[in-house]
Amino acid sequence: MPKIVVDVMPKAELLDPQGKAVAGALTRLGKTEFTGVRVGKRFELTVDGDVDAAVLADVREIADELLSNSVIEDVVNITVLDEAGAHSAAASGALA
Amino acid sequence: MTRVGVVTFPGSLDDRDAQRAVRFAGAEPVALWHGDHDLQGVDAVVLPGGFSYGDYLRCGAIASHSPIMREVVSAAERGVPVLGICNGFQMLTEAHLLPGGLIRNDHGSFICRDQLLRVENASTAWTNAFAVGQEITIPLKNGEGGYIASAETLERLEGEGLVTFRYVGVNPNGSLNDIAGVSNERGNVVGLMPHPEHAIEPGFGPDTALAMRSGVDGLGLFTSALQSLLAV
Repeated sequence: MPKIVVDVMPKAELLDPQGKAVAGALTRLGKTEFTGVRVGKRFELTVDGDVDAAVLADVREIADELLSNSVIEDVVNITVLDEAGAHSAAASGALA
Repeated sequence: MTRVGVVTFPGSLDDRDAQRAVRFAGAEPVALWHGDHDLQGVDAVVLPGGFSYGDYLRCGAIASHSPIMREVVSAAERGVPVLGICNGFQMLTEAHLLPGGLIRNDHGSFICRDQLLRVENASTAWTNAFAVGQEITIPLKNGEGGYIASAETLERLEGEGLVTFRYVGVNPNGSLNDIAGVSNERGNVVGLMPHPEHAIEPGFGPDTALAMRSGVDGLGLFTSALQSLLAV
């Protein structure tokens, strides 16, 4: 069954304490080439049936209303994966 | 007798304490259940602290979509006093009853301390027993208590006097403008991260200069609600 991936990130202008903690760990490991880390969330919604425009519209609504809180987060990507897990060209791509 | 509902969600921790605070304030606590659509005719509602749904997704997010929250939202729109404490405050922001949001503490750690607050607005349904500028001490315990809002929202909150409580002495979690609690425009909905229900009974509250654990500054929030209901 196809899967729809929704990526949510904390807003760029907000402090991301989780990312800061991970960045601190990297520094302690001597990985000093990284200047920053931000931690977001990836949701995988498994769909029973084909992914058509109506399903995608539904996912966009769910992404905005439930999966993210627009006060603190941005939905940065919605991608459709086919059965094999490959990106389906039709609906992939970053959101504006 | 005034009846104040306290909603229990899966993962609520302080619902019993909130019920006890209601009783100490002189009202009858009514246990409400997240899965119901029935507020049982209560005069006011408290959304208690805890970790509803394990804080999964975002703190308060899943609870804000529960059946009882639809009733809480429509009651709030009718002017019924609603108080959100800690996780309850997070639910109120997720339900868009209060502006802004709460994110992980800037230092990344859970914090538990007796916290000094300044009452910034004493005309809400939950703060009328206080005076503007009054300083109170009540416990604070959270991991995600950093209050944030857009620059425009912050300006509006400050301009319209909707900041209800502010942290004094130390900002314990990185909250913008030291904001500990806010209200809606009407003043019937208030949310704050610290826990007034843990400072209502001598012997069990924060330490004061007078005696250990004698602090009862939290009781004022609950007596305020009773006063505002009598005034209607």
